[in-house]
Amino acid sequence: MTDRRTMIDADTTSRDSERVTPVVQLRAVSRHYGERTVLDRVDLDIGPGEFIALIGRSGSGKSTLLRSMARLDEDVAGSGTVGVPENRSVLFQDSRLLPWQRVLANVTLGLRGPDARASGLAALADVGLAGRERAWPNALSGGEQQRVALARALVGEPDLLLADEPFGALDALTRLRMHRLLLRLVAEHRPAVLLVTHDVDEALALADRVLVIDSGVLLHDQPIPGGQPRDRADPALPRVRADLLEALGVTDDS
Amino acid sequence: MTSQLERDEVRSRQRVGSAPTRSRISTRRLVPARLGPVGLLIGPLALVGLWELAATAGWLAPRQLAAPSVALRTGYQMLLDGELLPHLAASAQRAYLALTFGVLGGTVLALLSGLSRVGEAAIDGLVQVKRAIPTLALIPLAILWLGIGETMKIVVIASSVFVPVYINTHAGLRGIDIRYVELARTTGLSRAEFIRRVALPGALPGFFTGLRLAVTMCWTALVVLEQINATEGIGYIMTRARDYGQTDIIVVGLVIYAVLGLLSDGLVRFAERKSLSWRRTVGS
Repeated sequence: MTDRRTMIDADTTSRDSERVTPVVQLRAVSRHYGERTVLDRVDLDIGPGEFIALIGRSGSGKSTLLRSMARLDEDVAGSGTVGVPENRSVLFQDSRLLPWQRVLANVTLGLRGPDARASGLAALADVGLAGRERAWPNALSGGEQQRVALARALVGEPDLLLADEPFGALDALTRLRMHRLLLRLVAEHRPAVLLVTHDVDEALALADRVLVIDSGVLLHDQPIPGGQPRDRADPALPRVRADLLEALGVTDDS
Repeated sequence: MTSQLERDEVRSRQRVGSAPTRSRISTRRLVPARLGPVGLLIGPLALVGLWELAATAGWLAPRQLAAPSVALRTGYQMLLDGELLPHLAASAQRAYLALTFGVLGGTVLALLSGLSRVGEAAIDGLVQVKRAIPTLALIPLAILWLGIGETMKIVVIASSVFVPVYINTHAGLRGIDIRYVELARTTGLSRAEFIRRVALPGALPGFFTGLRLAVTMCWTALVVLEQINATEGIGYIMTRARDYGQTDIIVVGLVIYAVLGLLSDGLVRFAERKSLSWRRTVGS
C-alpha cells in the first residue's frame, strides 16, 4: 500500500524556487465509514491560486476529501489535520439555490456589509446574468442556475474554491461554456481551486495539476504542461492523458 | 342558418385535417387540465338542483328538510329583519379570535419544537397526546375551569385549531432538505440567518397546509359550543330552530357555515399563492 502512495508536500507543490505558504495543508487525513476506510492518511498542499483537479472512480474517496476540506464531515470518524482557509466556498453538483429566494438573494447568501447588494450585482454581471437578479431560481435553465451558484461561490472573494463535480449535470455544450467562464473568473479572482471530477478531459482542460485518487489514497500527482488558455492541440497532452487513464486503471486493452 | 353551421363544420374539419399530429398530441394529457372555479361548482349545483326537485315533487317533507328555495327566502327575510347579521357577527368574532390565538400558539410551539431539541422534548409528545383527545371531550373540564362564558368557548376552539398548524409547520421544519443545511454551513450563515432564510421559508408550505385545515376547523367546534349558554351565534339559532322544527333556518345556518368555510379557505389559498409564488407545481 505504502509503495503506491505518492508523497505530496510543499516541495512538489511550489515548483517555483520561492517557497509560498500553502493555503491548504492536509496532514495524514483519514476518514472511515464504519469498517470501511474512505481516506487513508492523505497529505496534500495547495498553493495560493493553484488550480487542482482531483479525479478518481466513483467510491474512490474524492468527494469525501472535498467534504473534509469544506468541513462538512464533522459526523464522520477520522483523524489527521485539515488546514483550510476561513474564507472558502463550495460549488455543488446541483446548483443548490434556495428556491424561495430570488437570484440576487441567493448570490449574497451569507454576505455581510453594506455593499453586499452591489457585490452581488457585479458577480451576476460577471457570470452573464445581469438583469436577472429578480428572477426565481426555478425559472432559470440548468446552466443559468449553475452560473448563479458560481457567482455565489466567488462573490466573497474566497481563498479556496471547492467544486464538487459542478458541471456533471450539464449538457456537453453548456459544460464547455462553463469551463471558459470558470477559467476567466478564476483568473480574475485568483482563488485556489480544488475541482473534483471523473472527467479526465475536463481535468486536462482546466487544471494546473491533476491528482488521481483511488481507495482513499492519492496515487498520482501530474503537473499539466501549458498555461491558460490551454492549447488543446498541445502534443504533450495525449501522453499526459494516457498516464492519467493508466493511473485510473483504464487501459486500451482492458 | 343551417348553411352557416355546415360551413363552420366543414371549416373546422378542414382545420383538423390540416394538422392531424398536433391535435393528437394535444388530446393526450398525462395530467388533467386545471379546473376553473366554474367547473368546481358543477357538483354542488347538481346536488342543489336534485334537492329542489325532490322538495317540489313532495319526496322531501318540509319538517325533514326544507327546499333550497324556501331556505333562500327565509335567509333573505332574516337578513332584511336584521336578525341574521348580529348572530353572524357574534359567531365570526368567536371563530376568528380563537383562530388567531390558535394559529399563533401552534406556530410558536412548532418553531420551538422544530428548531431545538429541548423544545421538541418538552412540546412534541404533549401535542401528540392532545391530538389524540377529541376537542369536544375537553368541554366538561373547560367549563369547570373557565365557566360557560366566552373565554371557555375561545379557549376550546383555539386548542383544537392549533393542532393542525403545529403538526404541519413542525413537519415542514423537520423536513428541510439536508442539502440546504450544508449550503448554510458552507456560506457561513449564523443560526438566526439560517432560521430566517432557510428554515422558515422552507416550512411555509407546511404552515399553509395547517392554516387551511385550521380555518375550516375553527367553525366546527363553534357549532357545539354555541349550544352552551349562548344567546347569539349561528349555532344558537340552529339549535333554537331544531326545537321549533324550522328546517329552513337550519339549512340557512348550514349554508352560512359552508360559505364562510369556503371563503376563508379561498383567502388562505390566495395568500398561499402570493407567498409561495416561487413554486411551480402541478395544479398551482
